[in-house]
Amino acid sequence: MSIFDLALFMAFASIYVPEFSIQAVVRAEPALRQRAIALIEGCPPLERVVARNEAAARMGLDLGMTKSQAAQFPSLEIRPRSRIEEQSTHAALLDLGWSVSPRVEDTAIDSIVVDLAGLACLFGSEEAIAHLLAKRASDLGLIVQIAVSGNLEVALHAARGFAGITVIPPGEESKRLAALPIQVFWPPAEILETLERWGVRTCEALAKLPLLQLSERLGQQGVQLHQWARGASARSMILAEPTLGFEEEMALEDAVEELESLAFLLGRLLDQLCARLTARSLGACALRLRFCLDASSDGESVPSPNRNACLNEKKSYEKILTLPVPMRDSKMLLKLLRLHLQSDPPSAPIVHIVLAADPAPPRVTQEGLFLPSAPDPEKLELTIARLANVVGNSHVGSPRLIDSYRPDAFDMNRFLSPHDAPRIHQKGIRPKIIGVGNREPVVAFRVFRPAPRATVTLREGRPVHISFPTMHGEVAAASGPWRTSGEWWREDAWHREEWDVEIRRPSISNTNAIENSPSTEPQKGLYRIYYDLMRQAWFVAGMYD
Amino acid sequence: MAVNVAALRSQLETALAGRVPAPFSRRSIQPETAPFNIPEMDTLTGGLPQGGLTEICGPASSGRATLLLSALASRTAQAEACALVDGRDTFDPYSAEAAGVKLERLLWVRCRNINQCLQATDLLLQGGGFGLIAIDLSVLAPKTVRYVPLNVWFRFRRAVENTSTILLLLDQESNAGSCASLVLRLGCEPFRWLGSEAQRAPLPANSCACLLDGSQIQVELVRSRLKSATAMHNFQSFARMNEPGRAANFRTKTKWSDFRETVFETK
Repeated sequence: MSIFDLALFMAFASIYVPEFSIQAVVRAEPALRQRAIALIEGCPPLERVVARNEAAARMGLDLGMTKSQAAQFPSLEIRPRSRIEEQSTHAALLDLGWSVSPRVEDTAIDSIVVDLAGLACLFGSEEAIAHLLAKRASDLGLIVQIAVSGNLEVALHAARGFAGITVIPPGEESKRLAALPIQVFWPPAEILETLERWGVRTCEALAKLPLLQLSERLGQQGVQLHQWARGASARSMILAEPTLGFEEEMALEDAVEELESLAFLLGRLLDQLCARLTARSLGACALRLRFCLDASSDGESVPSPNRNACLNEKKSYEKILTLPVPMRDSKMLLKLLRLHLQSDPPSAPIVHIVLAADPAPPRVTQEGLFLPSAPDPEKLELTIARLANVVGNSHVGSPRLIDSYRPDAFDMNRFLSPHDAPRIHQKGIRPKIIGVGNREPVVAFRVFRPAPRATVTLREGRPVHISFPTMHGEVAAASGPWRTSGEWWREDAWHREEWDVEIRRPSISNTNAIENSPSTEPQKGLYRIYYDLMRQAWFVAGMYD
Repeated sequence: MAVNVAALRSQLETALAGRVPAPFSRRSIQPETAPFNIPEMDTLTGGLPQGGLTEICGPASSGRATLLLSALASRTAQAEACALVDGRDTFDPYSAEAAGVKLERLLWVRCRNINQCLQATDLLLQGGGFGLIAIDLSVLAPKTVRYVPLNVWFRFRRAVENTSTILLLLDQESNAGSCASLVLRLGCEPFRWLGSEAQRAPLPANSCACLLDGSQIQVELVRSRLKSATAMHNFQSFARMNEPGRAANFRTKTKWSDFRETVFETK
């Protein structure tokens, strides 16, 4: 069969997650994969075992046992069933399907069907596609059973019945399904009981039953079972709408207070989230973190609250981490989250974690041979987060001038790597006196923040002597007053008279002063001082340097 | 013996000719430099060495910030990302813009003390990718900067070696010692004021007639490894390696100099 024939041939791949509830828990705790696990559900103290894996079944654990009975089994891991993790796992399963094909059917919480039509040119044969799906499922933390067939129903049932990867060539559906037990069809209990009384336990036996008599005894359900057993049933796919929601949740039995423990849990959630983003070839352009906090006054942890109630009652902590470029490196994202949580920690222990990512297509760049080097955006983001931890969020960034006459009016903007910054140049606020390459550079000014108070002696309205914490001396020359005022309608209006003054300090002879001065020569400096008419005091705006 | 050595050398040079350019001559190591964009400074120093530490020291109002802004303007004009570790948060964005600095390419880290400065510098060097990292400790007390151990500057210098990053340190006195590839000491001539002598002394009654016009910056080249590398290659002027005293002057002007009315005589 040529590759074009393959492309035209209808084929469906059904992906089934065996022991779904168990796998949902193991996906969050990978260390449990090799252990015997039992899931319990119900109101304490009447919790009962609702799911178990094969290892627990071999130990003799039965469904329906109470928690205390299950606890008698040595080396058995008991966990509460988690609907939240089951939903996340189901979302990951859908992401797996959408990672290869846009046509996916959301059949059940533990199984999906993927239309493989047209994928041969991209991924190769059906078997190759199945192996690819299994590998990607493994990256998502899932062990799946995959069956490929030209008949959707056959693929569904084969995936449930056969372990590993099964490819059923056209025309062999009934032959391959023959050995499967009829339980793979999940028949109603009474029909199953009837069939077992008749000695019909396999699909082959069911397929051999006469159809007319079967319909008389078991009705339409019997007819449908007969068609499934023969592999003769066909239906169309019911497509699921692709969603772009990437959210992982975790409800905690015990409240978490320390950052280290919280980072460990966030790391797990990020691994799952990033794996799902990778499967869909997307990155995260923002992370949304929400914590439900333990608001009990005596510090005892309360049972995991209802998530919506927790958020509605405003006992929550929310943080949005906007990223300069779409990222999906879980380790880098964890470092960024840790830095942000260190600078702004939650006020109470955490009982519930919700982590969501805003998806975006990954950044596509083409390096140039002659472009100047620039910081890597991901490393830059981490560097800036670390700097913010040292000096504060508002003290690191790129200055942006504000169009105002207010002295020293500027904003601190987020700094972006020159290659990623939008190509919008801020229109110059002040006319550029000199640009690069001009002969005479402009005297730079240093702003003193906050402006220190000064003691100024005036003669005939002009300053003749100035003293402030780091300098004092006679005024050798002065230019002013230059009056400036503005925004009178605001509380922080300004009204000042500015002077440019050249201060000369006499020779220093005492030892203490020498410690702070580089030499004993007469010192001089060029400063801008101003008289604040609203506060009726002198200040030093800065120094020309 | 000397004849045998000379003959051997000659034989080897002949045998390796065409494969090794000059087997017995030291390769000239010319570090890459970036211009200050002040002609007098570029002539004196050859530019800011990339992959090395440059130290600019001087007292108050000696022109350190002016040189800093020129260097930032030069690098940001080449679309390079620059970082400024501001020791006491004295950077003026308006002066920078007037000097031609592209502010969107400048990462400004506003510190409050020397420890924050050193931590921030460490983080920026670890992150890498910056064309220029400037550490402005000019306004900090000299004794505070003096207490920084020498190995800190050595470590910073090693961090930028073999990269194209310029590490620029500004302080009141030279602290980096031999870690710096280029050391400049600044001084300032009397500032220029517009207005005649008769108006300046005694101080005129109406001081609006007196306007700051700029200054004359003196730059002394204390040390330059760039020059010494060239000299060693030539096996000449070896003694000039640490020759102090080579100097240059350049004028600066104020932001309003081009807009002043010509009613005052310029000094």
